[in-house]
Amino acid sequence: MKKMNLVVVGNGMAGMRVVEELLKIAPDIYHITVFGDEPYPNYNRIMLSPVLANEQTIDDIILNTREWYAENNITLHTSARVNKIDRKNRVVYAEDGTSAEYDRLLLATGSKPFMLPIPGADLQGVLGYRDIKDTNDMIEAAKQYKHAVVIGGGLLGLEAANGLKIQGMDVTVVHKNEWLLERQLDKTAGKMLQKSLESKGLQFLLKKDTETLIGKDGRVAGVKFKDGQEIPADLVVMAVGIRPNYALAESAGIHCNRGIVVNDTMQTYDPRIYAVGECVSHRGTSYGLVAPLFEMAKVCATHLANFGIGLYKGSVTSTKLKVTGIDLFSAGDFSGGEDTEEIVLHDAVGGVYKKLVIKDDKIIGSVLYGDTTDGAWYFQMLRDSKPIHEIRDHLMFGQDSLGNTGHQGQDKAAAMTDEMEVCGCNGVCKGTIVKAIQEKGLFTIDDVKKQTKAGSSCGSCTGLVEQILASTLGGGYAPPSTSKSVCGCTDKSHEVVREEIRKNKYLNIPDAMKGMGWNTPNGCATCRPALNYYLISTWPHEAKDDPQSRFINERVHANIQKDGTYSVIPRMYGGVTSSDQLRKIADVADKYKVPMVKVTGGQRIDLLGVKKEDLTSMWADLDMPSGYAYGKSIRTVKTCVGSEFCRFGTQNSTQLGIDIEKAFDHMWAPHKVKFAVSGCPRNCAESGIKDVGVIGVDSGWEIYVGGNGGIKTEVAQFLCKVKTAEEVIEYSGAFIQIYREEARYLDRTVHWIERVGLDYVKKRILEDAEGRRAAHERLLYALQGSVDPWADRVKKRDEHKEFDTITV
Amino acid sequence: MSWTKVCPLTEIPKLGSRLVRTEKVDIGVFRTEDDRVFALNNSCPHKGGPLSQGIVYGDKVACPLHSWKISLVDGKAEEPDVGQTACYAVKVEDGMVYLEV
Repeated sequence: MKKMNLVVVGNGMAGMRVVEELLKIAPDIYHITVFGDEPYPNYNRIMLSPVLANEQTIDDIILNTREWYAENNITLHTSARVNKIDRKNRVVYAEDGTSAEYDRLLLATGSKPFMLPIPGADLQGVLGYRDIKDTNDMIEAAKQYKHAVVIGGGLLGLEAANGLKIQGMDVTVVHKNEWLLERQLDKTAGKMLQKSLESKGLQFLLKKDTETLIGKDGRVAGVKFKDGQEIPADLVVMAVGIRPNYALAESAGIHCNRGIVVNDTMQTYDPRIYAVGECVSHRGTSYGLVAPLFEMAKVCATHLANFGIGLYKGSVTSTKLKVTGIDLFSAGDFSGGEDTEEIVLHDAVGGVYKKLVIKDDKIIGSVLYGDTTDGAWYFQMLRDSKPIHEIRDHLMFGQDSLGNTGHQGQDKAAAMTDEMEVCGCNGVCKGTIVKAIQEKGLFTIDDVKKQTKAGSSCGSCTGLVEQILASTLGGGYAPPSTSKSVCGCTDKSHEVVREEIRKNKYLNIPDAMKGMGWNTPNGCATCRPALNYYLISTWPHEAKDDPQSRFINERVHANIQKDGTYSVIPRMYGGVTSSDQLRKIADVADKYKVPMVKVTGGQRIDLLGVKKEDLTSMWADLDMPSGYAYGKSIRTVKTCVGSEFCRFGTQNSTQLGIDIEKAFDHMWAPHKVKFAVSGCPRNCAESGIKDVGVIGVDSGWEIYVGGNGGIKTEVAQFLCKVKTAEEVIEYSGAFIQIYREEARYLDRTVHWIERVGLDYVKKRILEDAEGRRAAHERLLYALQGSVDPWADRVKKRDEHKEFDTITV
Repeated sequence: MSWTKVCPLTEIPKLGSRLVRTEKVDIGVFRTEDDRVFALNNSCPHKGGPLSQGIVYGDKVACPLHSWKISLVDGKAEEPDVGQTACYAVKVEDGMVYLEV
């Protein structure tokens, strides 16, 4: 097939992001030509402020080198401003005489700084602040001149002022409003910011209207205000706002309204022409921050790739000032109104100010000054419209302990030095992450994971990585939405996938993928296990379990070890064994020369270092059931001695543990599920850190849910108290079944409860007795007729060739 | 080097593999959904994980130890990981898989 021509007008971050996304998903359908009016390849515009502040160089902020364009067969025209689009013949023309034909055209012409229409605005030494040239002009001016005036106390203006100060100039910031950053901060925070910037040597003139720029020999020499005051100025930077740059589109007759008007697929009124970035007007809004542009780019790429999926529905944005040493974060509607509430913490001496604006039990805005550690967390809740009443009393104190193992207990990235380890699994230091973000132009957690490996193994440091990303990028950071797609093979979220499986009664993976429009022929190692679980949990006894879509451990019912051998852990219900079992285990260990026999944390015995080809024979000799120590499944029910022997025991915890383990044997789940039963509040079975922890008290049993002893220790929360052992099984069974039906694959119970809230769980289990019984029944139905997989494999030995090695 | 008979194609599961032990080296023989067959050294370039035990998808396999994605076609690790494992010639004739070792 002949390739179509895609022409991109605008070689900036938005346009090139579309190209990058497009190359990822459909690398072969277009020949791509890019026009840029600057002489540089695509660079990271939001990092111009660090360049001005001598913290980075131009080379550091290049995102796509010229070699990159060449490698991807992209024709790049730099210093080529497009000034005409001939829509009839589908050709674009640039001022330098180059032209290109298109089948599809992408406009990403960005924005222009708004220059105040006042006398003197055309004098030499009067600049906007938009590109590399402006930045270089400022650095040059600072070498020759002394007095700089920045008009506009917004983000860009303050970053420019800070940079010019570092370049050695005397800087005055002129601002119309009563306080700085009035679009990002309330008055209190604005005044605190002003104070700390003043201590850095900046001067401020607030509530000032500029009337004229005074010139001398063609160059600016001073600024005159409406109140008559005059100040000297050799350099004036106008940072009073940006305007979408849509003149080209308008001249071509494309519908514009203070921006190029696009629909939710980023298409303009000419169906062959798409537009993204600061130049567009989407649902009446234009955006000047990078995060929304990337969301647009992603949507636009899927349409250019002819997948026709994805809609852009607008963005909530957050901002952060990139001035070293000043921590400031704001998002959403932080000024509030009559129907909103506020939670405020203000420590004037300590320089900390936090305000959350709440409406209908949801965060709708936040301002943080001095301590922005939790900015990303608040922003996430804001974007997800998460109800907050359960955590309201400690909301202001932040997301305590993001993870407490593997990074020295740190939960504040800002407090870490560059040498400190962030990711304990892969040995990645903070400095390495910051460097990768800056030099490789990373914008998402996934990018950082891919490039540095930080957070890619156990994930406990993801919160820290997110903080580092947010503080390095400022307004460029876009936290992932929590209803994320399952993987790169589909746009659909876990919830949508589950719903479609239920609605359309898909019973096998190929049908499900076909029906839901998967964009890969047979998925990947991420989505296949998830789909397989969703199918068998939604349609027990009907859906087909696909062994090839299971991780090796579940496929062979043993746990793979670093050297390719396996571990074998037989079930010991409730952690109770017998001399007979121990003798069998000892014999098997001898017969197969097992290198290590170890007692596990779950009260059973692990035989480590077993060869795959020995597994079946070993199971046959053991004649004990599989302990499921390898699966996203019920693991163990840990118990204490209980009232049978213990002098403190109030209940027979051992027996209940055995009963629970037998009742839920062979149960697959979104992730591993651990139970514990203690016979008294001394809690020797550690019920407080289990998915379901049961504690016997004199009058019955207390049930706790959502505990976790792993990466991040989570204490289980009290669900209810019941009288009898039968009730424990019914309530905990119902809880686990609802988790099985509604959680995302690889969610532990704690993650699921975090998302839906304990109130929801209580409603389903405690308030709805019929629903509870029904859920428990559904679990029993799903488990009906299930068999021990080891015995089954032994019986059907000849069918499972997979265990045999072929020797040639 | 000569063509050595391995097993009938039907004894390798679709989107699966079999481990073939030769004198010198262990080789994973993989079968894709569309019945193409590939052979790789059964050792991930990362930490030597047994690739034949991984999940097969498209023309890739995910290593069972740390989920590196290895191309069945050329043995190369998917970016940003860097590494390559050896590939072996393999063919299917009359439903029988042969390996060149």
